[in-house]
Amino acid sequence: MATLSTDLPQKAQGASTRSQVLCLLLGTALLLTLAQYLSLLPAWLHRLPKEMIPPTAQVLDAAFAFVQNDLGLIHVTRFIAEGPLEFLLDTSANLLEGKRRWPYLGPVPWTAVAGVAAVVGYALGGWRLAALGAGTFIWTALIGQWKMAMQTMSVLTVAAPLAFAIGLGLGIAAWKYAWVERLLKPMLSVLQTLPFFTYLLPAVIFFKVGPTAGAVATVIFAIPPMILMTTLGLKKVSPEVIEAGKMSGCSRWQMLRHVYVPAARTEILVGVNQVIMLCLAMVVLTAFIGMPGLGAKLLAMMGSFKLGRSFEIGITIVLLAVTLDRMSKAWVVKQPAHFDKGTPWWIRHRMPLLALGVFVGFLLLAQLFPILGSIGRKQHFSQGKEIDFLIKGFLAMDGIRAVTEWLRWFLNVKVLIPFRDTLLSIPTPAFILMVVSFSYWLGGRRPAVFAAIFFTIVAFSGWWDRSIITLYAVISAVVLALMIGIPLGILASRSEAWSRRVLLACDTAQTFPSFIYLIPAIMLFGVNDVAVIFSILIFATVPLTRYTVEGLRTVPAELTEAADMSGSTRRQKLLSVQLPLALPTMAVGFNQAIMFAFFMVIIAAFIGTQDLGQELQRTLAGTELGKNFVLGLNVSLMALTFDMAITAWAERRKQALGLD
Amino acid sequence: MKLTTILSAATLSVTFGSSGFAADSSDPIVIPVHNWSSQIVMSNVVGLIFEEMGNNVEYVTTDSQAVYESVRLGDVSLEMEVWEGAFGASYRAALGKGGLHDAGDHDAVTREDWWYPLWTKEACPGLPDWQALNDCAHLFATAETGEKGRYLDGPVDWLKHGKERAEALGLNFTVINAGSAAALWAEIGAAEADKRPVLVFNWTPNFAEAVWPGEFVNFPAWEDGCDTDPSKGPNPDALYDCGNPTSGYLKKAAWDGMQEKWPNAYCALTKISFTNPQIAEMAKLVDTDEMEPEEAAEEWLAANHAVVEPWISACQS
Repeated sequence: MATLSTDLPQKAQGASTRSQVLCLLLGTALLLTLAQYLSLLPAWLHRLPKEMIPPTAQVLDAAFAFVQNDLGLIHVTRFIAEGPLEFLLDTSANLLEGKRRWPYLGPVPWTAVAGVAAVVGYALGGWRLAALGAGTFIWTALIGQWKMAMQTMSVLTVAAPLAFAIGLGLGIAAWKYAWVERLLKPMLSVLQTLPFFTYLLPAVIFFKVGPTAGAVATVIFAIPPMILMTTLGLKKVSPEVIEAGKMSGCSRWQMLRHVYVPAARTEILVGVNQVIMLCLAMVVLTAFIGMPGLGAKLLAMMGSFKLGRSFEIGITIVLLAVTLDRMSKAWVVKQPAHFDKGTPWWIRHRMPLLALGVFVGFLLLAQLFPILGSIGRKQHFSQGKEIDFLIKGFLAMDGIRAVTEWLRWFLNVKVLIPFRDTLLSIPTPAFILMVVSFSYWLGGRRPAVFAAIFFTIVAFSGWWDRSIITLYAVISAVVLALMIGIPLGILASRSEAWSRRVLLACDTAQTFPSFIYLIPAIMLFGVNDVAVIFSILIFATVPLTRYTVEGLRTVPAELTEAADMSGSTRRQKLLSVQLPLALPTMAVGFNQAIMFAFFMVIIAAFIGTQDLGQELQRTLAGTELGKNFVLGLNVSLMALTFDMAITAWAERRKQALGLD
Repeated sequence: MKLTTILSAATLSVTFGSSGFAADSSDPIVIPVHNWSSQIVMSNVVGLIFEEMGNNVEYVTTDSQAVYESVRLGDVSLEMEVWEGAFGASYRAALGKGGLHDAGDHDAVTREDWWYPLWTKEACPGLPDWQALNDCAHLFATAETGEKGRYLDGPVDWLKHGKERAEALGLNFTVINAGSAAALWAEIGAAEADKRPVLVFNWTPNFAEAVWPGEFVNFPAWEDGCDTDPSKGPNPDALYDCGNPTSGYLKKAAWDGMQEKWPNAYCALTKISFTNPQIAEMAKLVDTDEMEPEEAAEEWLAANHAVVEPWISACQS
């Protein structure tokens, strides 16, 4: 990267002050560290003494108690949870899984759901999507997970539209009023990086354990991209379209409803796609606070070491995610159909009519043949035991064992533990200076200032060592992910077919519930840092590979042709043309990899860590909301520091290269 | 099943309807289920008992540590398995804040301690005596622990004090905390393939006993005060130099409002008491016989109706 940046035209003056500042920052950091190693540094400069740590957690606890009880916020949230929200959840739960609540109609036969999914798939994307939609639901029913899957879906069918509606509303508000945007932006950034443990507890306390808390936590998790995409889409509406709307005399509401929102359709639908994906990502995590269905079952299966059944549940979740993802993406691409005047209504609405017909047809058939209504325990085809046997057999193979034993020894003894101990030995101020200089070098002055503020807050939170251990796991995993993900992406981008295959693998790895990785990771490497890093690695490699493929494949054809014509070899073309142009896109992937790593490192607490995640897990008992929030904020601040630096760098590169 | 429930509920209301005893609310009793089989089946059995008494029941999946806050707030009506060791701390914290109370102990006792699968004994025949551990420490060594043996303790929030015990008894072991029960099983499962000796935290009653036969390490017997008074136990200068109590409690907890809202069900809850073999049987139906927990509960109740009969009849009038 350093050599590349020299290719850019840069003012000599700016460059020299920049390197002077860098030298100063790094020099001070090195001096401090050296002093520490020579035992010359006073103890208070190495780590903040306990007396200097402000009692943030206690203050926050008092604040929460005040808001919850004295201001009576809990009565408001409880009213929402037990009134409208519970009503919606009960209704969908009755229809989908047959919970005994109003309207006492359900459960809908599985064949009817699969049939409708096929019609929707066909309407959006032809036969392939129809097969995917029907196939997913048929698999779910045959494998004996219908009821659980529908319990999950009953919450998601409420949570996803809610996230969409609230996100759209806030997005419009942020576009309309600058102050709303200024207020929302930082909140969304924090929300996107806050570990899920941190809002599980407030969700339980304010919205009652069960599907209600599960739905609320899901909505909070899924909402940020919807807001951002809505605002982005509305801002991009072209002036000509607005002019046309104004000329036809639209009122303000009509402008919004018939001009702006339809014109921003693509971005809004991308937001919908994100909402759906994030909702599915929360299926397992919300099981801790009462979300019924697949996630809860998965946790129970893992608790009794049933790998096969856990694996099957994982596949169901992936299938649901891929189906919904492909369908919503097809919806993005598909332009609204327009019919000639005078087309009969049954032709204009033939797809909804077909869906209705299929639905009613299967409803009636299910009355005649109960097997089409629901599949019982004795009838399903779960192969849990056999898969168990396969997985265990695979993990116990001598070759695999030898490799993992060696990796465990090598990584732990030679790499990870020394690296961790080095990071921990650096004095707090020196470490902050190093992070600041990294941000300055990469992103410039603004990210550097924020890095200084954020890491100082972390230092004053009183959890410095644990924060550093968290950061150590993230850095180690991301470095390994770079070494695997980027070459993989480069190789895959060479052919269309391989790109598609690798991108599908990325989708799968991303939606496969991360909990399932934990068990094989432990079985391969034992309970130690290697297992932790390995499970983060799987998750962090995905965005790196994905954005490498996408970055390389979107390099303008004229440029690669020019390179070919000037007679460059494949290697020269890759190194001097394709990679530099793809770098800004790859930086987005790098950024996401770090964000995913921060997300996963907290989940890795279930393997066994000594970082912030372990403390967060401890606060699940629910008595220490303040501490929980402080810990969560530390994770968020560290993640944001990297986010800002990398984003700033990618923006500048894009401008310099004349992309976008 | 459903018909019998309705019938029995109908007969009950005819027989006892006029007894003047306050009737239970028709709101559902919310029963929490966690992620281990015996608890799920037991909670379903209790749910069926309540339904037989004419109550409505609902189940909600929750985390086993976070549940006490929900019981306290009344979102969840009761908790069937409060383990002295694993959940004692969360339970006592909630007890201190008020809102829930002790609804009596099960007959079953619990034991939580250092444990090894039987194949370990072949390599280290001195077990289960704890003094054999130091001679065998090298057998339990791993890449990271070097010469020292490794003991995989339960999650930190279970407060097992493994580190303190290893120090107090001069054991040549490094104590590592697993992050979850699943991590413990994965460790045993991985060791099973090549019969590698492992020493992990485990407890009874538990499904693992059926899958991997094993034994607890016999530490110096627990004395009251071993965790507060250094003079107790073999090491006069250290705390935690004893094994855990071999018969810890397994409690039920109830929301404070339960007694008033569902007096009959509450009465039954205080009477309910399962034994170790009964709990093991419930777990076996799911873990070994591959039933769904709901079916296992029905099956268990059908086979053991005589056991629950007195609890129900005692609380009907």
